[in-house]
Amino acid sequence: MKPRPFDYVRPEMVDEAIAVLAEYGDEARVLAGGQSLLAMLNLRLADPTVLVDISRIAALDEIVDHGDTIEVGAAVTQSRLLAWPRLAEKLPLVAAVLPFVGHFQTRNKGTICGSVAHADPSSEIPLALAILDGKVVLRSQRGTRMLAAGAFQQDMLTTARANDELITAVHFPVLSDRRVAFREVARRHGDFAIVAVAALMEGKGAVRLGVGGLSGRPEVRSIASTNGSATRDAVQQMAAELEGYDDLHASAAMRRDLLCRLAPVVIDEAFRCAA
Amino acid sequence: MPPLVGTPIRRKEDPALLSGRGRYADDLPTPAGTLHGHVIRSPHPHADIVRIDARDALAKDGVWAVITGQDLRKISDPFLVALKTPVHQWSLAVDRVRYVGEPVALVVAESRYLAEDAAELVRIEYRPLDAVIDAQAARVPTAPILHPEAKTNEISVRRFSYGDTKSAFARADARVALRTTFPRLSFTPMECYVVVAQYNSAEGSYDVLANFQGPFSTHPVMARALRVGGPKLRLRIPPDSGGSFGIKLSVFPYVVLIALAARITGRPVKWVEDRAEHLLAASSGPNRITEIEAAVTRDGRILALRLDQLEDYGAFLRAPMPGPLYRMHGAITGAYDIANVDVINRVVLTNKMPASLIRGFGGPQLYMALERLVQRIAIELDLDHLDVIRRNLVPAQKMPYRAAAGALYDSGDYPRAVATTTDSGRLDDLKRRRDAARANGRKYGIGFAAVVEPAMSNMGYLSTLLTAEARDRAGPKNGAVSMVTVNIDPLGAVSVTADVTVQGQGHETVLAQIVADQLGLRPEDINVVLEMDTAKDQWSIAAGTYSCRFTPGTAVAAHLAASRMAEKLKGIGAKQLNILPEDVELAQGKIRSRSNPDNAAPFGRIAGTSHWSPVMLPEGMAPALSETALWTPPELEPPTRDDRINTSLTYGFVFDMCGVEIDPLTYQVRVDRYVSMHDAGRILNPMIADGQMRGAFAQGIAAALYEEFSYSDEGAFLSGTFADYLIPTVNEIPPVEMLHQETPSPLTPLGAKGLAEGNCMSVPACIANAIADALGVADVRIPATPRRIHALMEGSGR
Amino acid sequence: MRRIAKDERTRIRLTLNGRARSAETEPRTLLSDFLRYSLGATGTHVGCEHGVCGCCTVLLDGTAVRSCLTLAVQAEGRDVRTVESLAAPDGALNALQQAFQNHHALQCGFCTPGILMSFTDYLKRNPKPSEADIRDVLSGHLCRCTGYAGIVSALLEAANRIESR
Ligand code: FES
Ligand code: FES
Repeated sequence: MKPRPFDYVRPEMVDEAIAVLAEYGDEARVLAGGQSLLAMLNLRLADPTVLVDISRIAALDEIVDHGDTIEVGAAVTQSRLLAWPRLAEKLPLVAAVLPFVGHFQTRNKGTICGSVAHADPSSEIPLALAILDGKVVLRSQRGTRMLAAGAFQQDMLTTARANDELITAVHFPVLSDRRVAFREVARRHGDFAIVAVAALMEGKGAVRLGVGGLSGRPEVRSIASTNGSATRDAVQQMAAELEGYDDLHASAAMRRDLLCRLAPVVIDEAFRCAA
Repeated sequence: MPPLVGTPIRRKEDPALLSGRGRYADDLPTPAGTLHGHVIRSPHPHADIVRIDARDALAKDGVWAVITGQDLRKISDPFLVALKTPVHQWSLAVDRVRYVGEPVALVVAESRYLAEDAAELVRIEYRPLDAVIDAQAARVPTAPILHPEAKTNEISVRRFSYGDTKSAFARADARVALRTTFPRLSFTPMECYVVVAQYNSAEGSYDVLANFQGPFSTHPVMARALRVGGPKLRLRIPPDSGGSFGIKLSVFPYVVLIALAARITGRPVKWVEDRAEHLLAASSGPNRITEIEAAVTRDGRILALRLDQLEDYGAFLRAPMPGPLYRMHGAITGAYDIANVDVINRVVLTNKMPASLIRGFGGPQLYMALERLVQRIAIELDLDHLDVIRRNLVPAQKMPYRAAAGALYDSGDYPRAVATTTDSGRLDDLKRRRDAARANGRKYGIGFAAVVEPAMSNMGYLSTLLTAEARDRAGPKNGAVSMVTVNIDPLGAVSVTADVTVQGQGHETVLAQIVADQLGLRPEDINVVLEMDTAKDQWSIAAGTYSCRFTPGTAVAAHLAASRMAEKLKGIGAKQLNILPEDVELAQGKIRSRSNPDNAAPFGRIAGTSHWSPVMLPEGMAPALSETALWTPPELEPPTRDDRINTSLTYGFVFDMCGVEIDPLTYQVRVDRYVSMHDAGRILNPMIADGQMRGAFAQGIAAALYEEFSYSDEGAFLSGTFADYLIPTVNEIPPVEMLHQETPSPLTPLGAKGLAEGNCMSVPACIANAIADALGVADVRIPATPRRIHALMEGSGR
Repeated sequence: MRRIAKDERTRIRLTLNGRARSAETEPRTLLSDFLRYSLGATGTHVGCEHGVCGCCTVLLDGTAVRSCLTLAVQAEGRDVRTVESLAAPDGALNALQQAFQNHHALQCGFCTPGILMSFTDYLKRNPKPSEADIRDVLSGHLCRCTGYAGIVSALLEAANRIESR
């Protein structure tokens, strides 16, 4: 299990990085934390001509508090964000999901943006970004654009990033209503979730529900939270619409049933969560 | 001084291992010019190999060879197997591949990275064939045949009958029948296989370093495959190994492969297996389907058993297979006093990786059937599960007990062990927890499992596979030899070598305890050297570390060798101290007079005598430089004419009891409380014993709830990474309360029995019983994954 | 901007256990292989090469990471610490190592170096961990031998001893 040969470049500035991406296009892969990419390289499941290591670009290694959003740069590791002193206050949902992302050792190197870029259908950070209606910042020599999370992740391991674009940061909105809850079911703690469910209270008897593991990407719906049976019906309808999928660890039916069992609990937890 | 044996002294092994100074196979220096191998493996479960084109690979800088099955066929022979069938296996596929992952070619290059690059340039053309994955389907006459010369995939069927099962079934009040399955899994060690081979063309000999675990009955298999006499295959085992659990027996085909590569290239060749290869193709426990039926009285007494066991060995039968089907044979009635039993043992081949040794070795499969059946008897007769167990246990008064199929249970008090476990409020507590959970509408169940744990295999057990007539023709096979040597150096320092391979069981420490006791020294005074070299160390076919042979075998040999050495030193001491030999004692680093301890000399002074002044030895005494003890217990007799076989030397007992709850949200099985009682005879080092039991317990949990090698119906392998093959982490292992009872074995001087496999055998059955109780179902498949529990609870039709 | 062509062998310099070390290697070489085969630091073990088992864990600038998911070139100019750095020069075990011996927290010892390195980092950040904290960090490692019970006790003892010093 050794990687195929590749050229290695380690830019110190974003402009250098996007210049390499412009030159190589889909033959380049961006290396940030490498916690998914290196495993794929070792298994020879990826075949880049050049690896662009952005982990030493100082400008990307920043957490910026804009007041209404928190910007997390592409080199910021998951453990760094987890240790950010204002995390619980500003982004309670992100604080809730991060301990479920991999393990202590992989969070030390894995990045927030890397997880968003990888776009696993049940992974926690993309789910958090989606339910918060966050944004992904993409830069290329052609310019910079900001995509809503829902527009960014399109399907299983598929995103709207063009080959010459670098994800430079993601923005997590800071919500005034801090009542949130999160749960996931995984075979073992730290594994990719089979089903992950997040809930945000929206006031006025509504709740925003985010679901991972039922389709190719995180799904978000607003539903009524006040009426138990209406909530259950809405969740059931969501499960039926999304269908779920089969793999080694779960059948589609089991994913649907998990959602129907988990969602009311998570909504209830969010409801009772102290503001 | 109180004896060291029986005390929890800390391990001698640890300081080096904790400091990064271990000497594992991949850490050792390699000869100058060593090349590196990479195995190209079959992507097909079943296919003919049409063509292998290696030209592009060979044109690459740094690539030395691309070796194929055709190359090996010319210079090697297929591996020997106990069962005579026309199933031939070389260390690379010849003409046909029969499982995904089967080695097809070996690339040899100047680095592993390069070898993997070159492997991608080798073009192999296959003609795919229909594959058969399911063990039952493989028996159907229309099934694809793996080995056409064998004409069938069911390559062995043996019928055994003990007592009068037929009339017992005729007079029984009821019959209870059940089918159980045991899955494929492997207790994958954290270190994978490593082989470094050299060929000496002047001598025609091979020198191979490999993290092989034994049994060394495989050494002649390797030598024969290489077409050399045993002494021309020098096999060396490194001082440290990163776990084994039976799995590192199956490095042996690669020992042959890499040895041949060294011969072909004329250079030393090294191969380090990677995890993807290991999961795909290293080794698996065999999967088994058991049809089991009991003839019972109204009150649950079992009069007779019938078992039809179908065991799936994958694409090839490899030595010493079909061991798991026969290792428990003498003890097939488990912990129960059952006089009549009929057994059918079937061996079937399918397009999966070959099965082989694995901790528990046949026990988990047997007890899944037997212990599930006992639970079903309780359900169907409306009795209490524990009562049915108690009613059938072998009574203490019957010890030593000859089981129907021939095992001689050396000692034990099973009913007392069960009573101790359920007493002290433990069972009441479980019932309270169950009742409280059920009152809240939750699914909670209690399970039990009673297990007889054999140790130190009779090397003749596998010949039960043959008919009595075939056994006569093949020559006698029985017994098992253990060997230990105690050496004294010129300054009287003591060293010990033994016929075991290191895997982490702390043998170095326990051997030091045993020898130090006899010689009146401290454990730190004893140097135990356990790396192995077949050219220079003592070994028999039984050598190695497997089937818990250490405590009833090697430990005894150490005790004997050290006590003989002690006797000699007493003789020498008596002469030098001018006292009678009966008055000499070895204690506190001294050799001294028992009656007048001031009359003493340091141990080293007297012990060195044989080096410096052998003439001073007592008359007729051979120099006390080294004592080798060979221990061959007479109870390990060959199979009788009517196929009764004492499969092992000692038989311990394990009784487990647990409560599980099905998580109402997640379908996960949560082990609420687990109690495990062990009677392993005398305990040599309680700390190490506890570690072995907890390790086995964790692997039992793994088998019950997490680990399985999955194949698609078409034969694709689905468990190829640690993200798919789920080894429990710390959070998946529930706490366990370990209880102990000590009934020494009367058959070994130390009284110790094996203890490191029992929980691998008991835990899957106990948890399956608890799940059956929680859900009220008969058919419980392990691993009981959320997916399976979901299907059981919600019906699979949705 | 550092740029290395795929078949170019470059000298990678780093600090290993307090000493400046270097060796020539390709950009694709894994840090785990570089430590073991180029620098001879075989105390770091490799159990999966896809980031799950934790055997290969080392400290990179003081932070516990998987060396199999790190390229050697990524460690260029940085501080790497491995299990070989833990004991005193005379071989005396440190508190963490000693706790492992006391609690029989290892059998084959193959997983052990990675676990020791994880907790060398973690106990520095959180000197008063709860048992749940310890289990959470330990769950990034697979051990096949011990069933983990001894490891948890050892880590609890080590945390107490380090704290009370
Ligand atoms: S070898 Fe790196 S995590 Fe397993
Ligand atoms: S001690 Fe062997 S894997 Fe942990």
